Amino acid sequence: MEYFAQQLINGVALGSIYGLIAIGYTMVYGIVGMINFAHGDIFMIGGFIALISFLIFVSIGLTAVPVILLLVLLVAMATTALYGWTIERIAYRPLRQSFRLAPMLSAIGMSFVLGNFAQVSQGAQVKPVPPIITGGLTLFESNNFAVQLSNVQIIVVVTTVVLLTIFSFIVARTRLGRDMRACAQDQTMAALLGVDTDRTISMTFVIGAALAAVAGVMYLLYYGVVDFYMGFIAGIKAFTAAVLGGIGSLPGAMLGGLAIGLIETFWSAYFSIEYKDVAAFSILIVVLIFMPTGILGRPEIEKV
Amino acid sequence: MNGPSDAILEVTHLSMRFGGIVAVGDLSFSAERGKITALIGPNGAGKTTVFNCITGFYKPTAGMLQLTHADGKTFLLERLFDYRISKLAKVARTFQNIRLFAGMTLLENLLVAQHNMLMRASGMTFLGLIGAPAFTSAERRAIDLARYWLDRMHLLDRADEAAGNLAYGDQRRLEIARAMCSEPALLCLDEPAAGLNARESGALNELLLAIRADHGTSILLIEHDMSVVMEISDHVVVLDHGVKIADGTPEHVRNDPKVVAAYLGVADEATAVAVMEGQR
Repeated sequence: MEYFAQQLINGVALGSIYGLIAIGYTMVYGIVGMINFAHGDIFMIGGFIALISFLIFVSIGLTAVPVILLLVLLVAMATTALYGWTIERIAYRPLRQSFRLAPMLSAIGMSFVLGNFAQVSQGAQVKPVPPIITGGLTLFESNNFAVQLSNVQIIVVVTTVVLLTIFSFIVARTRLGRDMRACAQDQTMAALLGVDTDRTISMTFVIGAALAAVAGVMYLLYYGVVDFYMGFIAGIKAFTAAVLGGIGSLPGAMLGGLAIGLIETFWSAYFSIEYKDVAAFSILIVVLIFMPTGILGRPEIEKV
Repeated sequence: MNGPSDAILEVTHLSMRFGGIVAVGDLSFSAERGKITALIGPNGAGKTTVFNCITGFYKPTAGMLQLTHADGKTFLLERLFDYRISKLAKVARTFQNIRLFAGMTLLENLLVAQHNMLMRASGMTFLGLIGAPAFTSAERRAIDLARYWLDRMHLLDRADEAAGNLAYGDQRRLEIARAMCSEPALLCLDEPAAGLNARESGALNELLLAIRADHGTSILLIEHDMSVVMEISDHVVVLDHGVKIADGTPEHVRNDPKVVAAYLGVADEATAVAVMEGQR
């Protein structure tokens, strides 16, 4: 029981990170109908920028951890959002009127570009940071097993919840969110009503990238390492999460992220850690066989 | 008839070819400000193609589409694309097959149409995100306008339902309301009466006349339902095979043998005249 509770906590924290990345996949798919394969690498870039800005802030003598954390978060979000905007502008927008596969191939190319860029500029070895946030709470203790809720886990989950609330508010209640939903449903019609669709799509990429940057910061806090390759596997997992939850659905992406995080953690805890990815992807396959549109996805309505 | 200077839309020598097919050939007509102009013709006559050229879907092969606002500003529609047609030239349109944002509520559908007003007020997004007062009051005005139109369409009590749940006739009216929310100078309606029963198309007539009377909106409409066309149009332009065959008042067009010939599909005008006389 204690062991189970501990794994649940770990799984939720990991799932939050996946969920934050998955939202970027699902939003972009919803609005332009393409899978942004470079999104995982955007997350990796976010992690690196977090690391670099952390080191800079420490070296200029900042010591207050909450201040550093907030600054790192802001710098990572802003810089990564710029990456997201630029990628859309140079790699996807020129191909928007092209055949469906073209932007996807361009996205895969962009993924390699970003990965190799990080490898060349930052080196191929794993970059560790000393634990920034330590300590935690012992929730309860019995049978010689203490259920720990670390401060990092609290920060990860709380940040995710706060950002999701802000983000859901933007999508549901603001002009930008309305425009995004309108573009997702019928881009031509939205343009006819005066909505600048290019700009709306850019904003979608910017928001998605900013959320991925947050995930990158959380990953750095949680695992204490970044490397140029981390975007690949995390990106695939988050993409899986988005598909599992129903691609195009925002709550679905978060739910899928949590599901993948939990499956992975429980599988590693009870069965074998080597096969955790196999477990996550197997469940994806099983779910998609019985629910082809994912958990919360709606079947695509054929346009007349 | 006013002089040509009071035309809101002047189409001159418009041609649209798709490969070897001439969808519209050398079409010239004008729509007057504050009037209802109908574009009629048999299926495949090129009416929707004309609309698509006006609203920037197609780039015309040749010709000029000049829109003049009441303040004298002119726009060449064939050079404007995409959202600028709505934003700058203030042209709105509806579709033959309804294109509402089915998953959004009625109110949201009408708010999207007020994008440009809100965009200005929101200081390009950022003020809006932090809820600046100028934006909140603009948002409130937008909601008021949307509610006004919902009320006129008798849909106010369903404002928060998904647009896709509405009955067909209600969806048509909502589409017109949405177009009107963008405060257009020229409203282009593509078969607004399609699929409506006699009572509903009667109500549509009243609605369009009221829109013109209350808002001074110029209307250009494509319609097959002659009870609508003959009842409310000030001016009718008849197309057949992409070419204008008649242009004038409803009475004039109704009695034009060429028009009758086109509609009945008879071989020539002489037969049409014979048919018309037979009818009397």
